[in-house]
Amino acid sequence: MQAAMTDLIAELRAACGERHVLTEHDDLRTYESDGLLQYVAMPRVVVLPGSADAVARAVRACHRAGVPWVARGAGSGLSGGALPVEDGVVIALTRMRRILEVDLVDGRVVCEPGVTNLAISQAVGPSHFYPPDPSSQVVCSIGGNVAENSGGAHCFKYGFTTNYVIALEVVLPDGELVTLGGEELDLPGYDLLGAFVGSEGTLGVATKITVRVVPTPESVRTLVAFFDSTGRAGEAVSAIVSAGMVPGAIEMMDQLSIGASEQMAHAGWPLDAGAALLVELDGSEAECDAQLADLRRICDEAGAHDVREAGDDAERAIFWKMRKAAFPAMGRVSPHYYVQDSVIPRTRLTEVLERIDELAREYGLRVGNVFHAGDGNLHPLVCYDGNAPGEAERAEELAGEIVLACVELGGSITGEHGIGVDKKRYMPAMFGEDDLAAFQKLRCAFDPDGLANPGKVMPTPRLCGEVPGPYREHPLEKAGLAERM
Amino acid sequence: MSSSKQASRELVKPASAEEAAGALQAAAAEGHSVRVIGAATKRGWGHVVPKADVELSTAGLDAIVEHNVGDLTAVLQAGVPLALAQETFGAAGQMLSVDPPLGAGAAATIGGTVATADSGPLRHRFHALRDLVIGVTVALPDGSVARAGGKVIKNVAGYDLAKLMTGAFGTLGVICQVSVRLHPRPADMATVHAPGSDPGVLAAAAAALAYRPLEPLALDIDYQRGNGAVLARFGGVTAVAQAGGAVAILREAGLPDAAIVEDDESLWQRQRKGQRAADGGAVIRVAGTPRRLGAVLQAAEALGARAVARGGIGTAWIKLPAAGSAEHIAAIEELRVRVAPSPATVLDAPDAVREALDPWGALAPATVALMRRVKERFDPAATCNRGLFVDGI
Repeated sequence: MQAAMTDLIAELRAACGERHVLTEHDDLRTYESDGLLQYVAMPRVVVLPGSADAVARAVRACHRAGVPWVARGAGSGLSGGALPVEDGVVIALTRMRRILEVDLVDGRVVCEPGVTNLAISQAVGPSHFYPPDPSSQVVCSIGGNVAENSGGAHCFKYGFTTNYVIALEVVLPDGELVTLGGEELDLPGYDLLGAFVGSEGTLGVATKITVRVVPTPESVRTLVAFFDSTGRAGEAVSAIVSAGMVPGAIEMMDQLSIGASEQMAHAGWPLDAGAALLVELDGSEAECDAQLADLRRICDEAGAHDVREAGDDAERAIFWKMRKAAFPAMGRVSPHYYVQDSVIPRTRLTEVLERIDELAREYGLRVGNVFHAGDGNLHPLVCYDGNAPGEAERAEELAGEIVLACVELGGSITGEHGIGVDKKRYMPAMFGEDDLAAFQKLRCAFDPDGLANPGKVMPTPRLCGEVPGPYREHPLEKAGLAERM
Repeated sequence: MSSSKQASRELVKPASAEEAAGALQAAAAEGHSVRVIGAATKRGWGHVVPKADVELSTAGLDAIVEHNVGDLTAVLQAGVPLALAQETFGAAGQMLSVDPPLGAGAAATIGGTVATADSGPLRHRFHALRDLVIGVTVALPDGSVARAGGKVIKNVAGYDLAKLMTGAFGTLGVICQVSVRLHPRPADMATVHAPGSDPGVLAAAAAALAYRPLEPLALDIDYQRGNGAVLARFGGVTAVAQAGGAVAILREAGLPDAAIVEDDESLWQRQRKGQRAADGGAVIRVAGTPRRLGAVLQAAEALGARAVARGGIGTAWIKLPAAGSAEHIAAIEELRVRVAPSPATVLDAPDAVREALDPWGALAPATVALMRRVKERFDPAATCNRGLFVDGI
């Protein structure tokens, strides 16, 4: 085994270059976790390939040696999706960060997986932008976005990563290079591209990514409305949606999160407000103007005691800073916190918030609520003190109860952070045995040996086994001389 | 539209996904093939295949299971006619943002539309049907019923089998139920109609419009023998004002007669109709890019064909004039050469035409090999729609 590993490391060095293969403990430690620090595992080797060919050679070497590997982008994921396999290989794509082609006539950008999400918008701005915008967009990589099908604040109107990726060059777990999708849309054949995006690194690793970009909206109008309670704000959201509006973003923060964010962003928002609703309209100037008046009226009717519109880009930036600071700012009001990600049908918002309140009281812990209200994607922040005995475990248990409550209301265990290792135990709450078996069929088609990011997504490890004997047409049948009866 | 040569031996009409899975399992055990049928409006698409042993109709799966008005979602059984679903959604001021031609008697079902990934002009703004299907229930040949996705619009739990099934032509299993995302129906609609005769100018004008932040619902080109137009449809409370902005851009782009049409539905009916051929006709779908559209329109011109194209997407439907099979085959082969490397998929065409050439065209061998691996895992005995799909899958 040790000798086999030594051979593998030599092969990896040949594939990626001596300098780009890390085996020293201190170097490897950087890679022992992703953005979810609760989980730690030490890989045996980390490689940083500089080309698709190097990735393919590295994966082929792992395949020959039967050693599992995990692809990693910026490591900002929040579900442990890039957690290494103990003593396995990590393939870090951070050196592959070239934007290869920008074509604004066709509205396409071709890039390597290590390019950051924000760099794509910067490459095509100001006339165009890349819509999926996770809060981590300054650092997170497009390769990681593809693996996780990342969302962001603007998906209610614009959709998710999967709606914008049109082609991928992928190294399959046996080291073969294939193209999924293409520069054209509506291609014949199975939508393997659609199956790959969001597969959390379990079907292969993307080495070249083509995304669509869209024109930057002519007009953007951002306003914030303050309500007595999240329930009231939720009613406003329902009224906005019922009125036929599709705002670019509808975000909600509760009192605890407003208070925390205010300490970082200093927007001067009222600390006694029960909820803040941040709504952004974008599109044609005429349409935005017309909808803005309706939006103000709806907020007033729903009981908003104050509605403020961002007067300029600087103020708009402060509004968004309040929202995007919510996670880090929570660190100022609580020593530790656990970020949850789950989804409910939007109309069940009030019910789920009541349930979260009940659970928080029951567990004696505070829960801040920040969410993408348009699409019902909640991010409860469970506050705890890790130094108090048992509190971390209680917080995690509470977070789990919240996830299960969302599933009971017809929702999902994750809206954008992924399953990774963190959520796989909840998969059976959402999917039955037959559903999981169907997922496994797809996984085995791509990775029959189970080497690509094993131990993620599926609740229990499974082996693929042989393809159940495919039907083969008998030569006599083929010749039309016999028929099966 | 053509139909299969002979009727199948057995017809089953399951009333549930479990019954459908049972029928597939029984057929698989016997090595039988199963043809899956919704309203049969696209029955002539794909390879011409021998009669199946069993025909499985989704007609018994005809319930609109949920329409969650406040959530803008719906759950539909596969056999629900798309037109009927749209009527239901329309009553609440909503729509499923997919508008393909609905075939004879406007009978096309949601299941058949998902299985063939068909689309219409709204594809410009609302992406493809794959992007609107948020959950799927599928009966598999191993007798199981698998669900993926859910009924919330944002969800990354588990593999996206809904996308895998969308456009798979029923070759991985039978789609029994789908959850879909809905959109509000625009309060008002208006279309800019900008006539022009030069294919290059039309394509460039559409691209110029797509480049600007105008958010049309649809952006099409219509072209036939020197007569063509760019059509851009706008929606919202200010639809007419938005269209006014597009008029100026299209005029500047070399289409001086651009004008607003407020009563515009018939224009779009005509575009949808251009995506299908009557009996004996042929329609080929060319998947290109906006940049290549001018050349695709020129290819249509050379063949005397009509082209309907999505200006901001790059996909075009080329309808060949009525002719004999030999002429159709020659025209399709010429079209494929002219539009290369854009794949040209033959949709409607007489059996003789689809027997003489591969309606799907050639795909990259490595990609096809991976598709076969997927097929073998889901449908190892090739029970479902045997031979119909790409590479004879």
